[in-house]
Amino acid sequence: MVTYVIRRLLLMPVLLFGVTILIFGMLQFLSPVERTALYVRDVPKNANALDGIIRQYGLDKPLYVQYYKWLTGTINPATGERVGGILFGDFGYSRTASEPVADIIKQRFPNTVDLALWTVAPLILVGIWMGVQAAVHQNGFIDQAARIFSIVGTSFPTFVFGLLVLMIFYANLKWLPPGRLSDWANSVVLSSNFHHYTSLLTIDSLLNGRFDIFWDALKHMILPIITLSYISWATFVRVTRSSMLETLRQDYVTTARAKGLPESAVVNKHARPNAMIPVVTLAGFQVVGLLGGVVITETVFNYPGIGSAAAVAAAQLDVITVLGFAIFNGMILILANLAVDVMYAYIDPRVRLS
Amino acid sequence: MTTAAGDNGVLSDAIPLREIGWFERLLGPENYRIVTGLLKTPASILGFILIALFVIIALAAPVLAPPLTATGDPYKIPRDGFSSPPRPMGSEWKSRQPPLPFWWNAIFHTDKWFHILGTSEGQYDIYYGVIWGTRTAFRTGLIVTFTTFLIGVLVGSVSAYYGGAIDNILMRIVDVFLTLPFLLAALILAAVLVPKMGRSVIPSMIALIAFGWMGYARVIRGDILSIKERDYIMAAKVIGVKDGSILFRHIIPNAIFPTLVLASLAIGDVTLSFAALSFLGIGVDVGYADWGQVLSFARNWITSLNTYWYIIVWPGLTLVLFVMGWNLVGDALRDVLDPRMRGKS
Repeated sequence: MVTYVIRRLLLMPVLLFGVTILIFGMLQFLSPVERTALYVRDVPKNANALDGIIRQYGLDKPLYVQYYKWLTGTINPATGERVGGILFGDFGYSRTASEPVADIIKQRFPNTVDLALWTVAPLILVGIWMGVQAAVHQNGFIDQAARIFSIVGTSFPTFVFGLLVLMIFYANLKWLPPGRLSDWANSVVLSSNFHHYTSLLTIDSLLNGRFDIFWDALKHMILPIITLSYISWATFVRVTRSSMLETLRQDYVTTARAKGLPESAVVNKHARPNAMIPVVTLAGFQVVGLLGGVVITETVFNYPGIGSAAAVAAAQLDVITVLGFAIFNGMILILANLAVDVMYAYIDPRVRLS
Repeated sequence: MTTAAGDNGVLSDAIPLREIGWFERLLGPENYRIVTGLLKTPASILGFILIALFVIIALAAPVLAPPLTATGDPYKIPRDGFSSPPRPMGSEWKSRQPPLPFWWNAIFHTDKWFHILGTSEGQYDIYYGVIWGTRTAFRTGLIVTFTTFLIGVLVGSVSAYYGGAIDNILMRIVDVFLTLPFLLAALILAAVLVPKMGRSVIPSMIALIAFGWMGYARVIRGDILSIKERDYIMAAKVIGVKDGSILFRHIIPNAIFPTLVLASLAIGDVTLSFAALSFLGIGVDVGYADWGQVLSFARNWITSLNTYWYIIVWPGLTLVLFVMGWNLVGDALRDVLDPRMRGKS
């Protein structure tokens, strides 16, 4: 297990290096003038001043110098302040939103996390329960329903599904609105009485004791949650089912039955824990995928997470902003994947004890 | 009846040998099993029917929805005026009608164009977009899939054949390309390319190709690794056949089939990703006949989708059926290729 984790840790810098090179490569499609947005808020009109900026931040230097400066930034000799440097969390300025890209991420990422949390918890619980049921009662109702659902579900593009549920539950029934909060709730959240403990809106509203705001936030999230989970839900049921079926065929399960244990104990105590190993990995990757920003779902529902911000910036061809999101995402995904792999090694006794 | 050589018919009389048709001979037993397995279940047959239907629509597009002029770009959806709100199905086509198809009068008993499926924002005819969008779907799907397949096979086979450091480096590059979520990565590259190349199908296609080849590289690498160990490869090496011709004449033809089938069924997914990029407003111009682009008009009318339901239902349904056709076949394929399912059918 230790060698496995060490090997995995050694891979991480390689991946980080590769992803930064990849994104730096895409950055080279921009002209030096466009790349000044990495370091300054406004491009000066004056050609001399522009030249000065390009020279100051080394945008005319060879590529490896530019790459180094892009990673670590430039220290301003007059003030001693660092400007730029993605390793220090400075991703440059968004031309379209006219604010630092890092600030946009800081505002929007908690919303994405909030959505991911509320999506994953019910998904895992219900998905695992149904998967176990489908395996125990093979070819029963839940099994068949899950099979049909998974074929139809995977054929439904998220944006078509999202628009359809919006049509039904918002335009027709007026039950569940898109967006993040109603206007009244938004003004309460922005007021000084509302404390931002975690910057996750649902948890903050509970901590503030404002159940009405909690309910309002949740109401805006129900449709995105459904849209995000309908495909994953089918996958979950299928993976749990096949893993459970395989475990139930093992000799030790037969032994447990033969010594007269009740069926519920056989399923819940003996078979299920071992059947969960691949499911846990799948769950980990689901969370990682959701944290990566769910571009389409957030855009369809006008939900202010990093996914929709990336889509808006890309549609306006604001490349610096989109690349900023990409770096942030890449780093989060590399760390999260590492966490999932280590967790997997810990859960699976075959890896843990090797 | 086929008789095995040298048994004088004794054995074949006891156990009748199975007839082997020319088709099975052509493909080889394993590939033949895959192809026939695909044609067995009702679900996969339905899938093939759906795909065939879309092929017919794509081929017959100029007959089903004649373009405005014979010389102009047929992928530009004709507009009936410029006003904003969508107009319902069956409303009259007031200005700049395209020529009537010959079957129009026979079916609708009128000599006037009307919007069969309504218009979307900006008076783009939805019916025309759906029909010509089929061509866009196949065109982008085929080109992207074919190119990603070539790149994937090249990288995967070089990686597997040479092994060692080359394998390690190439597979780490695959890991790096897999780190970013597919759609986000494609979104970024398309956004970088559009200012350089202008709005067309090409930036999105390049973006989908650049981040779409890794799966094929991994699959073919695995298959080659197992074939590489066979005796006939060793024999070829011993008699001094060059690396290149061992790889391209002896290994790849024997390893490529699963990857090939995988690629042919990825067209649905590729079309979906392409439509997603268009839906987000990246890539093709406004008014281009692409399902995602037609759907993106709906984004401004979310509050009144109860009235304007036709602007999402028709293009959406088309896209769903198209993807479902490929998925149904793909699902059958997964069962056929799964070694645990072998011999159960």
